[in-house]
Amino acid sequence: MSVVALKSRPAESPKPEAKVMALPAPPKSRLAIRRILSDIAGRVLPPAVVLVVLLAIWQVAFSGQTSGLPTPSTVWTESADLILDPFYVYGTQDIGLGWRVLTSLERVAYGFGLAAVVGVLVGAILGQSALMMRGFDPIFQVLRTVPPLAWLPISLAAFMDSRPSAIFVIFITAIWPIIINTAAGVRAIPQDYRNVAAVLRLNQIEFFWKIMVPSAAPYIFSGLRIGVGLSWLAIVAAEMLTGGVGIGFFIWDAWNSSRLTDIIVALVYIGITGFVLDRLVGWIGTVVSRGTAT
Amino acid sequence: MTSTSAKYLHIDRVCKSFTNGSKVTDVLSDIRLTIDKGEFVSIIGHSGCGKSTLLNLIAGLTDVTTGALKLEGREVNAPGPERAVVFQNHSLLPWLTVYDNVKLAVNKVFSATKTRAERHDWILHNLDLVQMTHAADKRPGEISGGMRQRVGIARALSMEPKVLLLDEPFGALDALTRAHLQDAVMDIHARLGNTMIMITHDVDEAVLLADRIVMMTNGPAATIGEVLDVAIPRPRDRIALASHPDYVRAREAVLRFLYERHRFVEAAE
Ligand SMILES: Nc1ncnc2c1ncn2[C@@H]1O[C@H](COP(=O)(O)OP(=O)(O)O)[C@@H](O)[C@H]1O
Ligand SMILES: [Mg+2]
Repeated sequence: MSVVALKSRPAESPKPEAKVMALPAPPKSRLAIRRILSDIAGRVLPPAVVLVVLLAIWQVAFSGQTSGLPTPSTVWTESADLILDPFYVYGTQDIGLGWRVLTSLERVAYGFGLAAVVGVLVGAILGQSALMMRGFDPIFQVLRTVPPLAWLPISLAAFMDSRPSAIFVIFITAIWPIIINTAAGVRAIPQDYRNVAAVLRLNQIEFFWKIMVPSAAPYIFSGLRIGVGLSWLAIVAAEMLTGGVGIGFFIWDAWNSSRLTDIIVALVYIGITGFVLDRLVGWIGTVVSRGTAT
Repeated sequence: MTSTSAKYLHIDRVCKSFTNGSKVTDVLSDIRLTIDKGEFVSIIGHSGCGKSTLLNLIAGLTDVTTGALKLEGREVNAPGPERAVVFQNHSLLPWLTVYDNVKLAVNKVFSATKTRAERHDWILHNLDLVQMTHAADKRPGEISGGMRQRVGIARALSMEPKVLLLDEPFGALDALTRAHLQDAVMDIHARLGNTMIMITHDVDEAVLLADRIVMMTNGPAATIGEVLDVAIPRPRDRIALASHPDYVRAREAVLRFLYERHRFVEAAE
């Protein structure tokens, strides 16, 4: 952002016509740029310093001959190709980590997408009925704590095929917080809105789209946000089943062939992707539920 | 009045009790009231006596326990746009603009009978009735409390209701804003001739607006204690009215009912 702002500044001076109008502007824009720069520096510098310090500690701590873990410098020497070019293609099985992340994201998109649709619908139905809620809630609260890996055998037994099993593992990991939060959001719909809907004789579908979804949007999106995080967490477990070219399977494969430095690079990819996913759903939630909270 | 119009809205021996587990609360008992078409009725009573419950019964939002409630001879047993409600706390949908809040009602009620263009004009017409066209694109969170109530009234009016039900619509507003809105409601009543039932706890508001004032006794098992005819000719002007003998008499009668014969006993809550 700052680069763009800096670039536009020299272009202003050669225009003589704009001189009078531009006169008061430069100090203002220069101030603004300085503020933006110091703002960015304030956000970027602290984590950068922390990162450098951590890398240095890591480097020193694992430099000994007997150490089982690679240091940052060995990671760099052995896996630089993975870091520098995320999108290379050398063969069907030998592709950049960027491609692998995309493959995994596609899988997550299926599992999480399904969990989102089913979760919101089930949550909406449960939230409408206090009795159903009382019946199902404890069960969901228990199921929600089952780790993704634990679903693997059941999933395989049920589907007998690796592809739907993997998607099911992601689905079943992500769905609980979506159901639970949606139900809570639906139960929190003010009676006033229900009265408005009743006077207008909105039918079930109209009520769902015009009252329930917007009113419960903040709850639904906090459920979706937890859900997307969980489905990304499940990716390694899910791809132990499917094999192929996903980032999760890459880690499993790298472990089997003792490429520790590759695993470390892959972890960074997974972490950053998970972070971006979380922020993305959070951002969509803020945009969609704008105005709901008043 | 002819015999049919005399029974426009007929509340016949209505009782209402709420059952909560094994606990039964009698809120209303033996309510009998007949309201004419085009009449403006105020319902006044102490807080918690069951005014909102009565209004919700008429709206169909709650069911009667015993007795019958009929509008134009037909049993009221479900809510519907012909009995539109202006709620105490406006209850506009905060994620919709002022225009879209009214549009939600208009699209639902007139989807079959008006074209898109006619519906648009009708929305603007109703916003104009309450002088809110200028804020059509604002969200409820961006306008004042008085403006929100105006929009709530516009939304209710836009359903072209047979009966307009208002539940303490101006209770939360300052005196000046309330006076403006009372004038707006009087003006709309004069222009459209709707049947209006308005709950209030403000004696002056009741006398200023109503053709009849229904006074409720304290709960539990509240009922109608007295009904007062306010025969002051319309249009009514609040300043001229202040010294009008009928106004003073009506006001006194309501005050006497509320504070002498049916004093609010705090311990009863
Ligand atoms: N859904 C309900 N369940 C149980 N009691 C209720 C319910 N709604 C209202 N009540 C009771 O009915 C009485 C009258 O309430 P309400 O009609 O809101 O009074 P008002 O509008 O006159 O202040 C109150 O004592 C209240 O506690
Ligand atoms: Mg009330």
